[in-house]
Amino acid sequence: MDIKRVTLFAGHYGSGKTNIAVNFALYLQKLGKRTAIADLDIVNPYFRTKDSARELAQAGVELISPQFANSNVDLPALPAEAYRLVEDKTLYAVMDIGGDDRGAYALGRYAPFLREENDFQMAFVANPYRPLTRTPEEALEVMREIEAAGGLPFTAIVNNANLAHETTAEHVLAAAGYMAELSRLSGLPLWMTTAEEHVAKALQGRVENLLPMTLQAKYFDLPEQKGPPRARPLFG
Amino acid sequence: MAERVLMKGNEAIAEAAIRSGCRHYFGYPITPQTEVAAYMAKRMPKIDGVFLQAESEIASINMVYGAAAAGMRVMTSSSSPGISLMGEGLSYIAGSDVPAFVVNVQRGGPGLGGIQPSQSDYFQATRGGGHGDYHMIVLAPASVQEMASLTVKGFNLADKYSMIAMILADGTIGQMMEPISFEDVEIEHYDKPWALTGTQCQRRHNIVNSLYLQPDVLEKKNFERYEKYRAVEENEALHESYMMDDAEVCVVAFGIASRVAKNAVVAARAEGIKAGLIRPITLWPFPKKALSEAADQVKSFLSVELSMGQMVEDIQLATGCRRPVSLCNRVGGMIPSPDQVLASIRKAAKGEN
Repeated sequence: MDIKRVTLFAGHYGSGKTNIAVNFALYLQKLGKRTAIADLDIVNPYFRTKDSARELAQAGVELISPQFANSNVDLPALPAEAYRLVEDKTLYAVMDIGGDDRGAYALGRYAPFLREENDFQMAFVANPYRPLTRTPEEALEVMREIEAAGGLPFTAIVNNANLAHETTAEHVLAAAGYMAELSRLSGLPLWMTTAEEHVAKALQGRVENLLPMTLQAKYFDLPEQKGPPRARPLFG
Repeated sequence: MAERVLMKGNEAIAEAAIRSGCRHYFGYPITPQTEVAAYMAKRMPKIDGVFLQAESEIASINMVYGAAAAGMRVMTSSSSPGISLMGEGLSYIAGSDVPAFVVNVQRGGPGLGGIQPSQSDYFQATRGGGHGDYHMIVLAPASVQEMASLTVKGFNLADKYSMIAMILADGTIGQMMEPISFEDVEIEHYDKPWALTGTQCQRRHNIVNSLYLQPDVLEKKNFERYEKYRAVEENEALHESYMMDDAEVCVVAFGIASRVAKNAVVAARAEGIKAGLIRPITLWPFPKKALSEAADQVKSFLSVELSMGQMVEDIQLATGCRRPVSLCNRVGGMIPSPDQVLASIRKAAKGEN
């Protein structure tokens, strides 16, 4: 897998950026690279990088998170320490960007430095099972809006096709055509495919550059949503 | 299988509203419900609908009033402090007997409170919210799928009874993501002969108003309205029963609290405690009959809430205080853990409070 010094994950909100950023940072650290992850999400009030603080700390990944993340302060402030990610060139950096163009405005602060250093991967996280990016054309529209707001061009696509706990390998494989078309429309390569670890097991050898992800159990997961993902009727 | 999509609770409300025929959205952004407005802003222009960000919640609810008076399927959405600002408009809509659909994705309070999830607008929603004698139909989704299905239902019920239907969700249900489908969107059509659609010089003009000059006429209106409410109470109460067949402890919880409670009930059963769950799906009308029948069978009730026990009184009223009702709660944006609920179930099973 092609790895740059700085990796940014951006895309439509709810496309899975935070889960991917956390798992990719853990993956980099496992490769022996000194890694830091920054939560630059100025949009989302809940479910943030900070929720994985313990796992990241245990693995030795440094977490840079806004002072007010997960609190009652509805203040979209960027953490000052995030500057180190662009300044300390001995670090491998992962940046978790907020959803859509509104989230990408945060990028403007760092874009000039990243462009100058020119050692970054700006990955567009795509999930065709999200209603406002059901077609490659809609995804391309979001892509262009993010680039315009963030001042940084995308360099690659991440296939994160999923339906949460209902995801099967077939769901991921069925997205291949969508990703190929998005790749053709944007001129960008498909860089990697991400999937929850049980799904990833079933995908072994069937897709290239696969990143298995460990997803956090949530306190509100229902009895039928626990354990390996499988299609089950929902509550109610 | 029907087409599945992965959605946030807030998005599911917006998409379900559009599929229910809603083409008029008026609102003002507030965390944690902003995705409803964001989704509408993106979709409405593409389907010839109206998305309008008003200058305040007071303006939005009065725009809703206007569109409702014209017979449109119309909605607004907000979170706790914003709903308080809408109080006057909600009362005017209720006093005019026009249908409207309102969403409250609750956050911690009182006052400005916080942005984390809460259920502490229970009194406000189930008792009306604004001034005067009135009710709203209050629907409490516990999953993203239900955010969609209860939105469809809410629009239908609002039109059926010509009154406000409110989704009372919480920040977590609004923000969380689950796969859902929209297979069962059925729009019920009800005549709106009172609507301000233009007379075309063919009929007398309609008047939509909540002002009455004669007190006896206003009194009559109130009595009539409560006849309608009686019909709603009789026909529209909804709940889900879980493991209640042989239950001795009945946990009562709605929305996000019911999901935690459901896990705690499973854990209690594993310990040999006969616990069950009644989940009110409508908070007004409250599922009194189900609770009253449960009181014939169980030894005690446990209300699990993200509020200071606001639902306890409804359980006591529904059961005529025949069984003790204890409370397990967290507030201010905190959520009870399954272990905390389990500990409360153990106590309730032993007859402790």
